[in-house]
Amino acid sequence: MFDSLTDRLTAAFRRFTAKGALTEADVDAGLREVRLALLEADVQYKVARDFIARIRSRAVGVEVLQSLTPGQQVIKLVHDELVQLLGGETTRLTYQPRPPTVILLLGLQGAGKTTTTVKLALLARREGHRPLCVAADLQRPAAVEQLRVLATAQEVPLVGPSPDTRTPAAVAARGVREAERLGCDVVLVDSAGRLHLDEPLLEELRAVRAAVPVGTAVLVVDAMTGQEAVNVATAFRDQVGVDGVILTKLDSDARGGAALSMRAAAGLPILLCGVGERPQDLEPFHPDRMARRILGMGDVVTLVERAQAQVDREGAAQMEERMMAGRLTLDDFIAQLRQLRQLGSLESVLDMVPGGRALLRGGGAAVPDEGQLRHMEAMVLAMTPAERRRPEIIDASRRRRIAAGSGTTPPEVSRLVKGFAQMQGMMRSLGGARGRRQLAGMLRGGGLLPGWDRPGR
Amino acid sequence: MPAAPEPGGGAALEAASRERRWWGRVTGRLDRAGQAFAAQIRERLPLGRGLDDEFYDALTDVLIASDCGVAVAEGLVEGLRVRARAKGLRQAADAVAALQAEMAQSLVTRPRELRLVGAPAVCLVVGVNGVGKTTTVGKLAHRLVQDGRRPLIAAADTYRAAATEQLRVWAQRAGVEMVAHRPGADPGAVLFDAITAARARDRDVVLVDTAGRLHTRQNLMAELGKLVRVAARQVEGGPQEVLLVLDATTGGNALSQARTFQEVAAVTGLVLTKLDGSARGGGLLQIEAALDLPVKLVGVGEALDDLGAFDPQAFLEALFRGVGEPAAT
Repeated sequence: MFDSLTDRLTAAFRRFTAKGALTEADVDAGLREVRLALLEADVQYKVARDFIARIRSRAVGVEVLQSLTPGQQVIKLVHDELVQLLGGETTRLTYQPRPPTVILLLGLQGAGKTTTTVKLALLARREGHRPLCVAADLQRPAAVEQLRVLATAQEVPLVGPSPDTRTPAAVAARGVREAERLGCDVVLVDSAGRLHLDEPLLEELRAVRAAVPVGTAVLVVDAMTGQEAVNVATAFRDQVGVDGVILTKLDSDARGGAALSMRAAAGLPILLCGVGERPQDLEPFHPDRMARRILGMGDVVTLVERAQAQVDREGAAQMEERMMAGRLTLDDFIAQLRQLRQLGSLESVLDMVPGGRALLRGGGAAVPDEGQLRHMEAMVLAMTPAERRRPEIIDASRRRRIAAGSGTTPPEVSRLVKGFAQMQGMMRSLGGARGRRQLAGMLRGGGLLPGWDRPGR
Repeated sequence: MPAAPEPGGGAALEAASRERRWWGRVTGRLDRAGQAFAAQIRERLPLGRGLDDEFYDALTDVLIASDCGVAVAEGLVEGLRVRARAKGLRQAADAVAALQAEMAQSLVTRPRELRLVGAPAVCLVVGVNGVGKTTTVGKLAHRLVQDGRRPLIAAADTYRAAATEQLRVWAQRAGVEMVAHRPGADPGAVLFDAITAARARDRDVVLVDTAGRLHTRQNLMAELGKLVRVAARQVEGGPQEVLLVLDATTGGNALSQARTFQEVAAVTGLVLTKLDGSARGGGLLQIEAALDLPVKLVGVGEALDDLGAFDPQAFLEALFRGVGEPAAT
C-alpha cells in the first residue's frame, strides 16, 4: 500500500538530500513535489495545503537551513508532520464498562460493512469478549444472508429480521435482548449503506440509535475513496454521530490519502484497518507505523506483533533475529512460510517483509497459492542439508535431481533459488552495518533514518 | 437495399428517446455533483479578475478536488491557457465557459455502444470489491430485456457469502434466468454451464457476475484470466465485452485498478457506478484520458432502471449547470 506516495516522496526528498545546504527556493520546489504526491494519493486538497504550509513555516526556519543536514531535517519534519496528520497516538476501540457494548457500523454502499462486522466480532472475541452480530441491513438483497453465512462460519450468534421485527431499530433492539439472554457482551449492528446521506437513511439510523444504547458508532470507509472522503466523514459525523473510522481494503495498492484527510479534516480517529478477505484480517491502525510505511520501510513491527499473537513468542523472536541478521536458510524459509500461512493472508504478510514481493516474483507467480507453496516446500525437502544452507551450490545436475525428487521441473527449482537469493540480498542490505542499526532502532520504536531522533509526538 | 427484416428503425428510435428521458431524470440526480463543482468554482476562483497565474492555479486545485487527478487537471488547465490566448479571452468567467469545451474535447468521441454479437455474446462484469458488480449485472439484464435481447445471468461469484442469493433477487426483478453452482464452485465451470444453457435455451447474451477481487491479488487476477479463456474457447470472439465496474467515489486508485484489469482481462469498457453519490465527476475524465477506455454505462441509483448509456455532453452540461452564466443548452 502507499507505494506510489512513497515513490513520489522519495523522489522529492532526493532533491533535499543531494545538497548540503538548502535555500528557501529549494524548500519550495521540494515541497511542491510533496504536495503533488499527497494530492495524487487522494489527500484532500485543503489538508495537503495546510500540511505543506506547516512544513514550510518550520523548514525555512533558521535552525533547519543552517543545520548540517538540512535535507534530512526536512524529511524528518515531513515524517513527524505525517504522523501528526495521521492522528498521533494509536486510538483503540473501547468497550463499555457495563455490558452490552453496542457497536453500530455505518458507511457508504460497498465500503465493506458486512465483512467488517464479522471481523469486529472476531476481534472482540480475541480480546476476551462474547460477540453477537445483528443483521440490520434490510435494504441490500441478501445482506442478511451474507452476514448469516459469515457469522455462522465463525460460530458467532446472529440476530436477523423476523416476522415481528421488520425495521432495523426493532432488529437491533431484539439483538440487544438476545445478547443479554445468551450472555453476550458485545453487540455489532450492521446497517444499510447508501450512496449518500438521505432522509430515509438518517431516520433509519436515528431510530436504531434511539432503540439501543450505541456505545461506539464506527464509520467504515474504503481506503480507495477519493476527494469525497472528507464529505462522507463529516456528513456522517454531523448527522448521525461517528466515534471512529475503520479503513477497509488496505491490502489494495490504494495510497490511502483518505486516511489522512479524514483524520485531519474531519477529526475522526482511525481505529482499525481491514487488510484482507479473511475474517481475521483486521488490524490496529498505528499512525507512526503508517507514516514510516509511507516513507518506504516494510512494517516489520506489525509483522512481528502479529506473529506474537498467533505463533509462540520464541518462534517470533527467532524469526525477527534471523530476518535482521539476513541469515535465512531455505529451511528457515519453509518454516516461515508454514508459520506465515497461519498469520494472515500471505500477501499482506509478505508486503510487510522488505523484499517479500520480490521473493514471490522470483518464485514463479507473484503471489503463490497454497498449491505453489506446497511445491516450494517439496523442492526444499528434496534438497540435501548442504543445499538448503548454501543454495548457491545447486548446479544443473542437482537441479535435475531436486526436480525429480519433488515432482517439479528444473526451471521451477531455479526460480525458487533465484527468488531466495534476491530476498537474502534484500535482508542483507537491511542487515548491513547501517541498515541493521535502522531496523533495530525501528523495532525498538526509535527513529527511522540515521541521525533521527525519536519521532516527535 | 436488401429487404431483410429490420430490427432497427422504430426500435432504435424508441431506444434513443428512452435514453434521453433517462438522462433527463439523471441530470436531476447529478445536480449534487454540478452544484458542488459550481460552488467550488464560485468560492475558490477569483472570477472578477483577469486571467493570471493565480486564477489558473486555483482552477487546477478545483479540478483536483473533483478527483481529476493532478495530471489531467494540469493538462486541462494548460489546454485552457492555449485556448484563452488563441481566442483572446480576458475574463475569468469566459475562461470557465471555455473549460467546458476543453473537457468535452478530452472526452473525445469513443464508441460507447455495447457490442454484444455472438452465439451467445459473453459479457464479463469485473471489478474490485464493493463497486456494485452484482447490482450492475441485475440492471444491465433489465436494460437488455428492454432492448429486446434475451440475456441469461451466470453467477460466477462463488466466493462472497450470499452473492448468488443477492444476484438471484436481481435476476427475478429483471425477469431473467440465472445459472448458479454451489458456493466455492469453480467460476469457470459456472461460465461453461451458462454458455451451454444459453445455447440450449436460445439466449443471446450471457451476463457474468464475477467475484470482487482487489487488483493487487495476483492469484485472483489469474483466476479471472481463466474465465476470459473459458469464454474465448467456448464462444467465437468471446468474451465480447469485459466491463470494468468502477465506483465514482474512488480516487486515483481507479487508474491502478483499470490498468491491472486491462492487463489480465482486456477490458472493453467501463461502468461508472454511484455517480449520484459523488460530488465529483472528475475521475471519469481522468480514467478516459489515461486509459483510452470508453465509459459505456453509468449507474446512478438503486432501482432497476438506474443504469444508462453514458452521454458525455449531457454529463458535462449537468456538471456545469449553475457555473457562472446560466448553462447553455
